[in-house]
Amino acid sequence: MTAAGPLPVTVVGGYLGAGKTTLVNSLLRQANGRRLAIMVNEFGALPIDASLVEAADERIVSLVGGCVCCSYGEDLVSSLTMLEALEPRPDHVLLEASGVAFPGAIAGTVGLLQGFALDGAVVLADAETVRGRADDRYLGSTVRRQLAEADLILLNKCDLAGDADEVEAWLGEAAPDARLLRTTRAEAPIDIVLGAWTGRAALPPAGGPFDHTHGYATAALDPPAGAEPEALARILADPAHGLLRAKGFMRRSGGGMAAIQTVGSRWTVSDAPADAPAGLVCIGLEEQTDFAALRRAIGCP
Amino acid sequence: MTATIYPAARIVTMNPARPHATHVAVREGRILGAGTLEELAGWGDYRLDRRFADKVLMPGLVEGHSHVMEGSLWAYVYCGFFDRMDPEGRVWAGLKSIDAVVERLAEAAGALEDPAAPLAGWSLDAIYYGGRRVNRHDLDRVSEERAVGVLNASGHILNVNTKALELAGLLRAGVNHPGIPLGADGLPTGEMKGPDAMAPLGVHTGFDRDLLACDEPGLRRFASLCVRTGVTTAADLANLLPEDAVEMMLRVTGEPDYPARIVSLRRFYGLTPEELIDRALELRGRSRDRLRLGIIKVVADGSIQGFSARLRWPGYYNGAPEGLWYVPPEHLLEIYERALAAGLQVHTHTNGDEATDLALDCMESALRKHPAPDHRFTLQHCQLADAAQFRRIRALGLCVNLFPNHHFYWGDQHYAVTVGPERAERMNACATALREGVPLAIHSDAPVTPLGPLFTAWCAVNRRTASGRTLGEHERIGVADALRTITLGAAWTLGLDGEVGSIETGKRADFAVLEDDPETVGGERLKDVRVWGTVQGGRIFRAADLQP
Ligand SMILES: [Zn+2]
Repeated sequence: MTAAGPLPVTVVGGYLGAGKTTLVNSLLRQANGRRLAIMVNEFGALPIDASLVEAADERIVSLVGGCVCCSYGEDLVSSLTMLEALEPRPDHVLLEASGVAFPGAIAGTVGLLQGFALDGAVVLADAETVRGRADDRYLGSTVRRQLAEADLILLNKCDLAGDADEVEAWLGEAAPDARLLRTTRAEAPIDIVLGAWTGRAALPPAGGPFDHTHGYATAALDPPAGAEPEALARILADPAHGLLRAKGFMRRSGGGMAAIQTVGSRWTVSDAPADAPAGLVCIGLEEQTDFAALRRAIGCP
Repeated sequence: MTATIYPAARIVTMNPARPHATHVAVREGRILGAGTLEELAGWGDYRLDRRFADKVLMPGLVEGHSHVMEGSLWAYVYCGFFDRMDPEGRVWAGLKSIDAVVERLAEAAGALEDPAAPLAGWSLDAIYYGGRRVNRHDLDRVSEERAVGVLNASGHILNVNTKALELAGLLRAGVNHPGIPLGADGLPTGEMKGPDAMAPLGVHTGFDRDLLACDEPGLRRFASLCVRTGVTTAADLANLLPEDAVEMMLRVTGEPDYPARIVSLRRFYGLTPEELIDRALELRGRSRDRLRLGIIKVVADGSIQGFSARLRWPGYYNGAPEGLWYVPPEHLLEIYERALAAGLQVHTHTNGDEATDLALDCMESALRKHPAPDHRFTLQHCQLADAAQFRRIRALGLCVNLFPNHHFYWGDQHYAVTVGPERAERMNACATALREGVPLAIHSDAPVTPLGPLFTAWCAVNRRTASGRTLGEHERIGVADALRTITLGAAWTLGLDGEVGSIETGKRADFAVLEDDPETVGGERLKDVRVWGTVQGGRIFRAADLQP
């Protein structure tokens, strides 16, 4: 993305204690020069690591407000606008939602805003407690809806859970549209969580440092000539192929370049600069992704 | 020091030992006593002031749940269906058609010099216009050059014109959002439903969030409304109280002629529960007579008319989903525990009955850990509580502040759409609360509905909807109960019943000065009782003399 393009926003959701702030800190550690702006909607026991913030020149904005009586929260909008105006402009915004917020609702608002692009909704689930919470009299429907609205679920604290496989199977039914990644201490590659890689070279190696339980598989694809970007994006986002993310550029049959981006089942196609290099990079879980089948489905050469 | 003795046509004291008096004596801003002239003359030197000789005095009315924002909103154009008085005493006629709304907005737009300035209106009641939705073309008749936005009375819909959509980048096909209906042309109709859809438009239509948070002119205008409605103490129920606002409020309320006592609650937001307690303790220490600080407000759920209140089974009558939590249960429990341990008071907004259940569960558990006599934790709105919940509320020593104004403004919608007939008839069950011995207040939630405790009392006594239906005969309360509730009842929930709420020896000289006697006009006419003004801390404020 060029500096003038829309500013990507990732919504980080999940109930208290699932690891939202731990994830934010982990992403800050991996930022590697990228300017991440953080918006916090709720202050929990765990703070954003101040040393990381200074080191990497990130910005933290706390959100205040919400809809009560007849006041309504445009704080989201004004805070985002403020971040967008920063010099230098951040590369990515991480919006840490409150523990009882619906990430889909926030994502919906972000999607309406000029100058911003919704990157996706990442929801953390505590492998130890999520099923109990989903049955809780007060919280059950909230937790279930949070999960169902996720593009990516990070099944966290897998090291503590008795049987993560069982939880994973349950999540497959509770959130059929979401892709799932197992994590410990909310450590997940920034490239997957934020789709923040810019070229093929930056892709994480399969079985990288954050991979405790699964290996990642990546592949570079050349989109077939004459394919429609929207049709292609739909295939890349199809749960059948199990991709976590796909990203790249292709030539439209009518001329001009299109940018394709998917996270889980969410896909977007937008106009891209004429000099954008054609090519797609896809990333999935090693044991769930069959790139040969994917290549056949999109008719790759 | 010389006392002032006021004879009055009648003095309604709310002191059961001496319910009525002919004279009241005031010295140093406080009440020496109420009784006969002979009794009061015993206090020594006095001056007889006959200005209230033909008036009725009541204890200054106490509004237990309003927002100072009511004063600020009048900076925008009033577009409501019902007549409403502004802080300067002008009554804005209710607008009975969409054309009338357009006409009033167009007039306001015509008075603006900057052709690009946005125009904002508030309190639109689209439900009264025969089922026809207000759309952007209606508001384009106000102006095509400037952005126009009108906030719905329920606070959950924002209507905008084409220019506003254009500025927000939303005048395009393919907008896919559940809160944004599309017209036959595939473009948004201009109706933005729910906070998620409203948010992108607010900045373009002139709704200034800092202004709405609490501004100086708003705080002054709010006090004018207090004088005009007989209110001498008003709770400002959900302020974030940033430092500059606290300093401004201390300065303004400390001015010698500021006519009201403001009890401003710190809303839980942007702090951890632990930090919240520290901040509340610090604020409490900075209280002055006319600015009381240190109470905490927590919002548990949303609103019934916005379908965001948390309802127990079977949920909303129209099948809408179960609403939203605004606080994680763990945080509510932690705040209760810490506040009880620190001796701080918490008011909790619980509109739906499931939210009330959660508050009761948290309270029960927190009290086991920190038993606290006389904590006065209060459930605000608590609109759908049933008898069993009121019994639990009583057992846990909680107070409630119910919202009878809802019957008038939204009762017909509650009956037909939101909660259905049976629960609509028991909403804001004032009679049950009193029967079960729960300390009761009633409120306006201004600006959600207009400030005016006598109107709120009328709502509790009559339970009349806008269409004339009596919504739950069984939950009507008597005039005497209603009058006690808007004085001593509300004062109790704010921990001020030892200072205000009745006319008796030692209390603040706070009076509502009335032209009619609310005890004898009859419940039907309670809302029509005319207010001359107030006496606050012995200072006299005549509504007709207020400077704009
Ligand atoms: Zn309120």
